[in-house]
Amino acid sequence: MIEIGLGHYLTLGAVIFSIGIIGIFLNRKNIIVILMSIELILLAVNINLVSFSMYLGDLTGQVFTLFILTVAAAEAAIGLAIIVVYYRNSGTIRVEEIDKLKG
Amino acid sequence: MIAHAIFFYVFSIIAVVSAVMVTVSKNTVHSVFFLILDFISISCLFIMIGAEFLGMIMLIVYVGAVAVLFLFVVMMLNVAQQTNQWFISKENSNHIPIGLLISVVIFFELIIVIGGWKYKPDLFDKGNLSIVNDVSNTHSLGMVLYTDYIHIFQISGMILLIAMIGAIVLTFRQREGVKTQSYIKQISRERAEGVEVVEVVSNKGVKIDD
Repeated sequence: MIEIGLGHYLTLGAVIFSIGIIGIFLNRKNIIVILMSIELILLAVNINLVSFSMYLGDLTGQVFTLFILTVAAAEAAIGLAIIVVYYRNSGTIRVEEIDKLKG
Repeated sequence: MIAHAIFFYVFSIIAVVSAVMVTVSKNTVHSVFFLILDFISISCLFIMIGAEFLGMIMLIVYVGAVAVLFLFVVMMLNVAQQTNQWFISKENSNHIPIGLLISVVIFFELIIVIGGWKYKPDLFDKGNLSIVNDVSNTHSLGMVLYTDYIHIFQISGMILLIAMIGAIVLTFRQREGVKTQSYIKQISRERAEGVEVVEVVSNKGVKIDD
């Protein structure tokens, strides 16, 4: 318990990943919280990559974390732009009312 | 080592609790605040583990840009008053146990993977990039980022550019009936349509049409 190893960091990543999955599946109200859950999942992936990189002594994980940060920022910008356009067109972003694609 | 353990547990407990609060919070603005708290504690963990460049970049990118973007959108769309409820739809609520089941299964799969890694540590071999101890983290990242990963680095720059153009194109709208300055009209205006020489008759004045 006292010796903090790689397993502790990976467990933290797993817990945050699962919280993100639960947030996507069980959120019934608004879609911005779903985007935030996706950010949590990407954060968990970053935790895994950085902890592997530091404990294995390999720098590739940190480089990939940098690129994942880039892609996450781009994804948040595009997703929020889509949400703004959808809200402007239909006046709601509640999850159960977004059913235009009949999914 | 004991300080490392104490800081790890403090930051990770804050991170997990705030991650839970992101998903269960009633108010969307509170969700964004807890997301910021989550990112800050995770970046503290990164700095503590030795990846200080990524920790700082995460503070700048996530807290400074992405979370503020979320806050802008939440406040602009006026969804802060809509409470964020769970289990709201009674008629089609069969996805909730399936969602819980899938989340639990994913969590235990990740735990099993971690356990397998812990008890079979010879499964991996060392990569070709190794961390040099006598230069700082930022220095070593910069040395590989601009040499070995230069193409991926430039592609990520292109991704950011495309995301910026896409966000602008998506949210841009041409409004009707707004009086704006038209440079083309101003530049291409000629003397013949602007100035007119009028013979003024005495005691009559000038009639200006329009």
